[in-house]
Amino acid sequence: MNQTFGLPEFGFLLGGLKWTVLLSLIAFAGGGVVGMLIALARTAERALLRRLAIGYIAIFQGTPLLMQLFVVYYGLGLLGIQLPAWAAVAIGFTLNASAFLGDIWRGAIQAIPRGQTEAAQALGLHYRARMADIILPQALRIAQPATVGYLVQLIKGTSLAAIVGFIELARAGQIVSNTTFEPILVFGVVGAIYFVLCWPLSWYSARLEARFAASMR
Amino acid sequence: MGPKLDFSVVYDALPALLWGCLGTFQLALSGMVLALIIGIGGVLTRNSRLAPVRIATIAFIEIIRNTPFLVQIFFLFFALPGLGMKLDPTETAILALGLNGGAYAIEIIRGGVQSIPKGQTEAGLALGLHPAQVFRLIILKPALRAIFPALTGQFIMLTLTSSICSSVAAYELTSVAQRIESDTFRSFEVYFTITGMYLAISWILMASFAAIARRQFNYPTR
Repeated sequence: MNQTFGLPEFGFLLGGLKWTVLLSLIAFAGGGVVGMLIALARTAERALLRRLAIGYIAIFQGTPLLMQLFVVYYGLGLLGIQLPAWAAVAIGFTLNASAFLGDIWRGAIQAIPRGQTEAAQALGLHYRARMADIILPQALRIAQPATVGYLVQLIKGTSLAAIVGFIELARAGQIVSNTTFEPILVFGVVGAIYFVLCWPLSWYSARLEARFAASMR
Repeated sequence: MGPKLDFSVVYDALPALLWGCLGTFQLALSGMVLALIIGIGGVLTRNSRLAPVRIATIAFIEIIRNTPFLVQIFFLFFALPGLGMKLDPTETAILALGLNGGAYAIEIIRGGVQSIPKGQTEAGLALGLHPAQVFRLIILKPALRAIFPALTGQFIMLTLTSSICSSVAAYELTSVAQRIESDTFRSFEVYFTITGMYLAISWILMASFAAIARRQFNYPTR
C-alpha cells in the first residue's frame, strides 16, 4: 500500500494535532495547579518544605523528559494501575510542567520586594490573604512572559508521547511517513503545523517581555 | 502480577550502560561545540548588513525554536541523504543537536555582545589596545561572563535532549537502555536506573561549568 500524501493523510495529521493540543492543555492545567503548590513550598517559611521543593525541581530539571515519561508510564503499570496511554503520559507531562512552572513562579514570588510581605504582616494579614491578595497577583504578572514562553516548550515536549506510542501529531507524522514513503514532505508539514501552533505564542511572549522591560525603565 | 522489582538485569547490564553514558557525553559535548560554532557564526550573520542573510538567520532561529526536536531529527535523518550527505545515526544526531542548540546560542550570545557598552570598546582603543585585544579582552570575555549561566543552562538542556536521539538509533544511553529493555522486559528498572544516570551526568556538567566560571570569571565587575 503505497499511498501519496493527500487530503486524507493531512486529515490524519490534524487528528493527531487535536491530541497534541489536548495533551498540552491538560499538562498546562495540571502543571499549573501542582506548580503553584511547588512554588509556594519553595518560598515557604519552613525549611523542610523548601528543601523538598528544591529536590523536586532539581530532579525534574536534571533528567530528560523522555525518561520521566518512561518511568511514570512503566511505573504505573508496575503498581498495577491500568491507565490508558493518554492518561499515563498526561501524568508525566503534568509532573514535568509543575517543576518548570513552579521554578518560574518561585522566581517571580521572590522578585516581589520583601517589604511588601513585612507591610502585610504588620497590617495583620495572614499567609493566605498575603499571598492571594498581595504577592501572587503581582508575581504572576511578572511571570507572564516566561509562563507563555514555557507553553511553547510544553507543546513541543508533547511530541515525546510519540515515542511511548501515543498517536499525537508527531506519531501521526511517523505513521503517514511510513505509508506514503514521503518522509521529507510529511515531516516538513508536521513541522509547519507545530510552527503555526508555537510561533504566535513565542511572539506574544517576546512582546510581553519587551513591554515589561519598557515599564521597568 | 504484583509490583515485583528485579534490578539484577540492570546490574548485569551495568558495563553496557556505563558505555552508554560515555556515548551520551560524547554526543552532548560534540553537540555543544557545534552549537557554539553556529552560535558565534550566527551572531555575525544575524547582524549582517545583507538583508537576505539576516532574514535567513532569523528564519532559522524561529523555525528551530518553534518545532519539536523529535521532528527536526526525523527531518534531518531523511533529508540529509537526499542532499548527498551520508551520515551515520550518531553523526546525524550530533548535527541535529548542534543545529538545535545553535539556534538558542545565537540569541544568547547576541544578547551578551549587546550588553557591552560601546564606550568600553572606545576606551580600550583609546588606551592603545589592538582591535583584536579589544575584542578578546574587552568585548568577548565580559560578554561570555554575562551569558555563561544562560549558555551552560542551554547546554544542560542539550544534554538531556540527546536522549531523543535514540529515536534514530544514535549510540547513547537511552538507545542502550532500550536494547536492554527489549531483551529483558524490565522496563521500569532499566529506565529508573538510567534516569539516575542522567541526573548524575547533568550534575557533573553543572559542577564542571561552575568550576570553569570560578577560574575564568573571578574578577570584580566594578
